[in-house]
Amino acid sequence: MKTLGVYIHIPFCKSKCLYCDFLSFPEGRERQALYFDALKKEIEVCSKECKEYLVDTVFVGGGTPTSVDSDHIVHIMELIKTHYKLAEDAEITIECNPGTADFSSLKAYREAGINRISIGLQSPDDVELKMLGRIHNRQQFEECYNNARRAGFTNVNVDLMGALPGQTLEMYENNLDYILKLDTPLEHISAYSLIIEEGTPFYDMNEKGQLHLPDEDTERNMYHRTKEILAGNGYKRYEISNYAKEGYECLHNIRYWKCREYIGFGLGAASFLKCRRFRNTSDFSKYTSYFLSLSSERNSEMKADGTGAFVREDFEELDRKALMEEFMFMGLRMVSGVSVREFEERFKTDIFDVYGNVISKLVEEELLERHGEFLRLTDRGLDVSNYCMAEFLL
Amino acid sequence: MAEFDQSKIRNFCIVAHIDHGKSTLADRMIETTGVLTSREMQNQVLDNMDIERERGITIKSQAVRMVYKAKDGEEYVFNMIDTPGHVDFGYEVSRSLAACDGAILVVDATQGVEAQTLANVYLALDHDLDVFPVINKIDLPSARPDEVKEEIEDVIGIEAHDAPLVSAKLGTGIEDVLESVVHKIPAPTGDSSAPLKALIFDSVYDSYRGVIVFVRVRDGVIKKGMTAKCMASGASWEVVEVGYFGPGQFIPCDELSAGTVGYFTASIKNIQDARVGDTVTSVSDPCDEALPGYKKVMPMVYCGIYPADTARYPELRDALEKLQLNDASLFYEPETSQALGFGFRAGFLGLLHLEVIQERLEREYNLDLVTTAPGVVYKVHKTDGTVFELTNPANLPDPAEIEYMEEPIVNGEIMVTTDYVGSIMQLCQERRGKYISTEYIEATRAVLKYELPLNEIIYDFFDALKSRSRGYASFDYEIKGYEQSELVKLDILINHDQVDALSFIVHKDGAYERGRKMCEKLKGEIPRHLFEIPIQAAIGGKIIARETVKAMRKDVLAKCYGGDISRKRKLLEKQKEGKKKMRQIGNVEIPQQAFLSVLKLDEGN
Repeated sequence: MKTLGVYIHIPFCKSKCLYCDFLSFPEGRERQALYFDALKKEIEVCSKECKEYLVDTVFVGGGTPTSVDSDHIVHIMELIKTHYKLAEDAEITIECNPGTADFSSLKAYREAGINRISIGLQSPDDVELKMLGRIHNRQQFEECYNNARRAGFTNVNVDLMGALPGQTLEMYENNLDYILKLDTPLEHISAYSLIIEEGTPFYDMNEKGQLHLPDEDTERNMYHRTKEILAGNGYKRYEISNYAKEGYECLHNIRYWKCREYIGFGLGAASFLKCRRFRNTSDFSKYTSYFLSLSSERNSEMKADGTGAFVREDFEELDRKALMEEFMFMGLRMVSGVSVREFEERFKTDIFDVYGNVISKLVEEELLERHGEFLRLTDRGLDVSNYCMAEFLL
Repeated sequence: MAEFDQSKIRNFCIVAHIDHGKSTLADRMIETTGVLTSREMQNQVLDNMDIERERGITIKSQAVRMVYKAKDGEEYVFNMIDTPGHVDFGYEVSRSLAACDGAILVVDATQGVEAQTLANVYLALDHDLDVFPVINKIDLPSARPDEVKEEIEDVIGIEAHDAPLVSAKLGTGIEDVLESVVHKIPAPTGDSSAPLKALIFDSVYDSYRGVIVFVRVRDGVIKKGMTAKCMASGASWEVVEVGYFGPGQFIPCDELSAGTVGYFTASIKNIQDARVGDTVTSVSDPCDEALPGYKKVMPMVYCGIYPADTARYPELRDALEKLQLNDASLFYEPETSQALGFGFRAGFLGLLHLEVIQERLEREYNLDLVTTAPGVVYKVHKTDGTVFELTNPANLPDPAEIEYMEEPIVNGEIMVTTDYVGSIMQLCQERRGKYISTEYIEATRAVLKYELPLNEIIYDFFDALKSRSRGYASFDYEIKGYEQSELVKLDILINHDQVDALSFIVHKDGAYERGRKMCEKLKGEIPRHLFEIPIQAAIGGKIIARETVKAMRKDVLAKCYGGDISRKRKLLEKQKEGKKKMRQIGNVEIPQQAFLSVLKLDEGN
């Protein structure tokens, strides 16, 4: 049976962080309730087109999913279980921000079947947290983390952000050190650098020269130290910015990188289903009014080709060429790289017939290497992964 | 046409400084004489090329015939010949003037006499034209018609007390202008029974009819079926059609007789055979001698033109071929650059001409171009006694073989309000100008005369002039000749490879500064690579400046959130697209705009 990942977008947060360019915003309880009514409807009507799939990963992301009434999340999980074939051992993740989840809601998530939690710590330094516009402090993180463990979560990720304004290598290493010394060791760590996105307050501040970002050399040193320190503590880097204890790699993310199918529910959520990419509208009223207008009697159905589904936008039918490109540039994000054999199985052609020139060029530049049946980026290649990946566009 | 006797014909042009309202006045005259209804009038009927309209400059001279019923009850035929307004097209202007018997001088009532006003009037007077002034823009609050009249009399020395006061924009005073044409511009003279003698003052290429030759008939008659020839080129053809100029169209007629202005076609395939300034006569009954003043115009400014996409070289070649059909002064020949591949070295009358051609190639032929820095024609005297004209810096011989070099010098006239004389003189000094004189034409305005090397004014001299005088300076020049000069070739090395397309000739005193600025500029233009890239400026083998583009340490995509892969794909595609637009020199990829950076060295100073 074909497998499927499910992404559920919760576009709400308590307040917008200064660097954030995701689709999320603070919203009152009533509007949140309206959104969840629509979301539930979407999950119901989409079940038809997913009949032949076994759902083996679910990811509830945002925004801050834990900032809404936990009943909403529990309901959503019930719907998934009712309308979809959910694998017994499915990986089900929820994103969580410290200061938004108390013990009872964490317990409710766990009881609803959620078995992985990803905590957006970003930094354990209260000064840095404030500067980022985060709403929590270190102590609230500790409470949240301990509550999560107490609620029964045995697979926990923490997001840690580097290259923060004014941050030195030493400050960053202290932060790393802190998360490595938690009472119960983490299973998974996402360590990535702050990226200044256009349209965020940080972007404007940076343009005005007010941000004092660490220079590129410092940023790279942070990145390289992360790998060394985490490796010394039993975490293996398996993707550009993701580290896990053996067996705790995030299956849902791997699904993206391996170009496997997934469906996204909720505002602005992206899907890759039956060789088509598309995304839901980002227009709140359009999204909610559409789904709320569907009466339950009418046998409404969503179709991936866009007919009768005007909330879905940006349809893109991936041809063989696009599929090959994505297989390469997504796959190379993983430290293990892409499998030469898998390429051949998927596309019925030899990878070297398609990418021979690119591969030899990158190998010559010491950015790419062959390791058994895998082609993977070298450390230097991972540093300049953009450059390497762009080469795989045909 | 033939029914009209010569005394009822007026052939004239309008001369003016740029922006003084020449084209608008022409439009109003055409409108008033009733050849066109207002509805048919496009804004500026005479300027029919897009680029002209946008820049407000008349590039190709054109002519129009109007029928005017004067106050004396008689009908007159007016042939108005529009002249290009830019110094680049000086020769075309002079031929247009030669086709006229008189000229209307348009002077802006707020700005008064400007450098080009003077230059154009003198040119008209040189051609023995009767000139009468018209004061335009009297509707503007700052208009000072009486002062301007005085200025015209004082500075130019032509009578102006009864000059028509006009607002071409509003259409007031146009009748006065038309009456003045009747009374102040002489009727043509010429003998229709003498052998044909006609001056070519313009020509355009039409893909159906071949070259359409614009002529002023001095003597004799030109008619359909006769065999005509050009005296300078020697080419001859059977005349297929003759006619005169309606606004925006050609109106055929039986013949053009002495004193008239019109066109003929003769299935002429090559515009070079019927060049502006040549004399047309009859093969069976030729005239004794050609009209004076013919010269073949020589390009003054050269640059390399390359297709951005090397595969489009044949398209560029075809486009240049087509443009040349219409523009006898455009010169080009194939050239090859290590950096830019196959392209052309093209010669132009001046920088405006260059820009116009470049824009036409890009707009009308949809080509993306890379152009190298424009340069002038240098004369290289070699030690073996030979002299050759250098149009491409890359062809400069080894310094040991060069005795000395010469560069073109212009006589420049800058008219400026006295407040800015200091800063303009400083600018001319910086551009190696040789001060000749200052003449005060009134208490607040002066004409500065300088000799300037042409290569100092072809880049951004006009812009610098405008910015240092807050727009109050106007500039006009003519080529003086060649003078010996200490010139060197500045080479640019990127990652130790010399980039031929970036070499240029510069005076030795300015070489260090130019080299330094070039390196700085290029550092900003060349993206970081996986390795460090030195950028060096060198004269001969000697490095005079250096900058370094640091190696790229990091080039990583943001984390992929929520499976939004389309966004990541777009980022990568943008990166790849950017790369496509680069030129590979050795293992360095150079964006195309880097090749233009030499033009913009003064920016931000």
